[in-house]
Amino acid sequence: MTAAIDTQRNLPVRAPRLARAYWLIGLIVTIAILPIVSLIIIAFQGNLDELTHVFQTVLPKALGTSAILLGLVALLTASMGVTSAWLVTTFDFPLRRALSWLLVLPIAIPPYIAAYCFVEFLHFAGPVQTLIREAFDFHTHSDYWFPDIRNVWGAGFILSLTLYPYVYMATRVVFLMQARNAADVARSLGASNARVFLKVLLPMSRPAIIAGVALALMETLNDIGASEYLGVRTLTFSIYNTWLGRGSLTGAAQLAVIMLVIVAFVLWLEVYSRRMMRYNSGRASTIKARPARIQLSRPRALLAMMATAAPVLVGFGIPVGVLLRFASKRLDQSLDPIFLSALKNSILVGVATSFLVVAVCLFLLHIGRLITGPKRWIIRLATIGYTLPGTILALGLLYVLTSLDSVLNTASRAIVGMPVGLIFSGSAFAIILVSTIRFMAVGESSLSAALSKLPANLDAAARNLGHSPIAASRDVLLPLLRPAILTSLILIFVDTVKELSSAILLRPIGFNTLATLVYENASRAAVEDGAIAALAIVAVSVVPVFILSRALAGDRP
Amino acid sequence: MTLLSGASLRPVLAAVSLSIASFATPITASAEDVVNIYSYRQPPLIEPVLTAFTAKTGIKTNVLFLDKGLEERILAEGENSPADVILAVDIARLSSIVDKGVTQPVTDEAINGKIPAEYRDPAGNWFGLTKRGRVIYASKDRVAQNEITYAELADPKWKGKICTRSGQHDYNLALISSVIAHEGPEKAESWLTGVKANLARKPEGGDRDQAKAIFAGECDIALGNTYYVGQMLTNEKEPEQKDWAGAIKVLFPDAAGNGTHVNVSGMAMAKYAPNKASALALMFFLASEEAQKIYAEKVFEYPVDPAVAPSELVANWGVLKGDSLPLVDIAKNRKAASEMVDRVAFDDGSGS
Repeated sequence: MTAAIDTQRNLPVRAPRLARAYWLIGLIVTIAILPIVSLIIIAFQGNLDELTHVFQTVLPKALGTSAILLGLVALLTASMGVTSAWLVTTFDFPLRRALSWLLVLPIAIPPYIAAYCFVEFLHFAGPVQTLIREAFDFHTHSDYWFPDIRNVWGAGFILSLTLYPYVYMATRVVFLMQARNAADVARSLGASNARVFLKVLLPMSRPAIIAGVALALMETLNDIGASEYLGVRTLTFSIYNTWLGRGSLTGAAQLAVIMLVIVAFVLWLEVYSRRMMRYNSGRASTIKARPARIQLSRPRALLAMMATAAPVLVGFGIPVGVLLRFASKRLDQSLDPIFLSALKNSILVGVATSFLVVAVCLFLLHIGRLITGPKRWIIRLATIGYTLPGTILALGLLYVLTSLDSVLNTASRAIVGMPVGLIFSGSAFAIILVSTIRFMAVGESSLSAALSKLPANLDAAARNLGHSPIAASRDVLLPLLRPAILTSLILIFVDTVKELSSAILLRPIGFNTLATLVYENASRAAVEDGAIAALAIVAVSVVPVFILSRALAGDRP
Repeated sequence: MTLLSGASLRPVLAAVSLSIASFATPITASAEDVVNIYSYRQPPLIEPVLTAFTAKTGIKTNVLFLDKGLEERILAEGENSPADVILAVDIARLSSIVDKGVTQPVTDEAINGKIPAEYRDPAGNWFGLTKRGRVIYASKDRVAQNEITYAELADPKWKGKICTRSGQHDYNLALISSVIAHEGPEKAESWLTGVKANLARKPEGGDRDQAKAIFAGECDIALGNTYYVGQMLTNEKEPEQKDWAGAIKVLFPDAAGNGTHVNVSGMAMAKYAPNKASALALMFFLASEEAQKIYAEKVFEYPVDPAVAPSELVANWGVLKGDSLPLVDIAKNRKAASEMVDRVAFDDGSGS
């Protein structure tokens, strides 16, 4: 890396003119941090009455609950994600190829929908308990014991089932690429499978595992729908309730600031873990011949198949099954104009957000490659939106956008004599903006990971040959980044389609997304009436996820 | 990876930006034949009455549903807010909307004539539209008594037998507020602690889930609103809900005393309503006999207009004798109730 920079300095490469770029970066970062700035301003405006109450009664418990939930999700997503990635990359067993992409599917199920479905499935009147009662001739609740999932453990389990694919995807790529070669070497030197896993694969994929777990944890912190439904009073839920249940904006903003500190800690852990070691792909990818996957004995192969099929069947099969049963009685809803416009809106918001995020991230990374010094710091700032739960971010943004609208309308009244309406806060712009700010980190992390794997002098060489910095990035880096761009587009699209909490707060009047449609029905305890919309979210997400896992297969035969 | 080759990317981008431009345009607030509704009520529940309104007047309706944070949003939008009419499902919400200063008074004799004085703001800032009793769902099989009081819920004889939704839910907060208003904060808190000790499980789900829990044998009695029972009994799409509702009987608490706690759903005109005439037309329609009948028959609520009878199904449960406590007194105690729920850790259930 250092060597590359030195070469860059010594070669007659024109120094890029960055003045305009700095302006643009300034603008992007300003937009990204505005919601947080507005929150902090609100937090310091009020007195500490509300906070005192919350500190005395809710906070200790909420912190404890959130800590258990985060710990549980970290443990479960890591073990599910890493185990399944290891099995599908190392061994051969029936249905392995299919399972290797099916394992990604649960990511298409929003946690709040998974929660509704699992409660339905495991409830006294649901299929499982009914079967048990029939099988053992039980009649009432007190005749037998059945685990209750409406608590923090159940929430951790359900969230993990929908979030482990983050770990699985990140880990599997490493297992397939860099770590693969080292593992093959270790194996050829006589190391056992277990030893290869523990001594080679696990250490080499640690940053990927931690990055995946960090994403899962951020999603956990963002969740309100599932924990509210399961009666789990997390920190996020407490903020939400303080603000909207008790109408204390300042109290909520103060709590949100506390939460920021916690999130900063999670992020620091992730960065710290990356900093511990440098990971380099070297030239391993040029190796053409690879040893075959390890054949398992029949019982072991079946065991491996069941172990990898379980997360898919439980995390995807059960929710989709429950939804299909509800939806089959309401097929007429699928032609309802409200549903159709929600479908269109979700797709458009998803597409717009993913393109916007990727474009902005590419620009930031392009500039980040040209400059040294505080660049990382600036790019980190632009991704800060992910550190806040959607509701809180939306709250901050609401005040920013309505203030802008107010200025705009005052101006238009003065100039043309009539207001122009809520241009920023009253249009789909608000939803696209909040999703863009929120999911910048998703785009940045996958793009910068891909970029860091490319040799630093690659584009410098192009510039040396007379290309401008932009042309060098466009003609040399962009084509090489295509897989990462595709990944980011799809992850952000799926995240945006699933996103509920910020959409519900910032959507314009008469505007539904699939997620808000599900929520409207769930909030009047009629989840079943939202089944068609819920299935549509899953369907809209599954298609790109499918494309993604085929494209990323990079699988040896 | 041809999907993203430079050549094919440009038309995609162009198409995307075009379609965004087409749907990102804000709703302009000037057309006179439209009324914009900011609603705490879920669209499917107000749809029948809005359809009838549009059929009758030709005025179209736009609905924004938020189950929390509606007044904060209107407040932030300020004088540019497109909101004309605000609908809410709870007296505390209605007063909070008024307190935040996002409403304007309406004095219309025709509307006032339909709504009894105790169910509307004297200044005309809010109007009740429907009443709902916070009643007890009791197991037909396991509960012999046919009368009950709220105070009794704290009696240890119900230990491990009571179910309810979250104490922080609007409907429970309103009930607790009414207890505070009647009994004072100390007695109310010891009552709430007693109820908590009797809980069969952690508060969770909605009111329907409590009926389901009684059906499942998890508990014997539960707090619930009246209309859910009607909605469950007539649910043709999910017929098992009929079984849940069939397992319970409706008891009107305190029928011999203060009367059953009654809450209202209601409406208000937004302070900067851009379509004032349409808003007034809608408010008049919502108070009319026609709309009141729709609430009664389709949603199983009690109409506020005494001239309109509740549905036959609802009338079969007996007569609702409402608590005469002024609604504003309930609204006043909401914050105290919410903090009390936190203090006694009601939502942790009897286990803690």
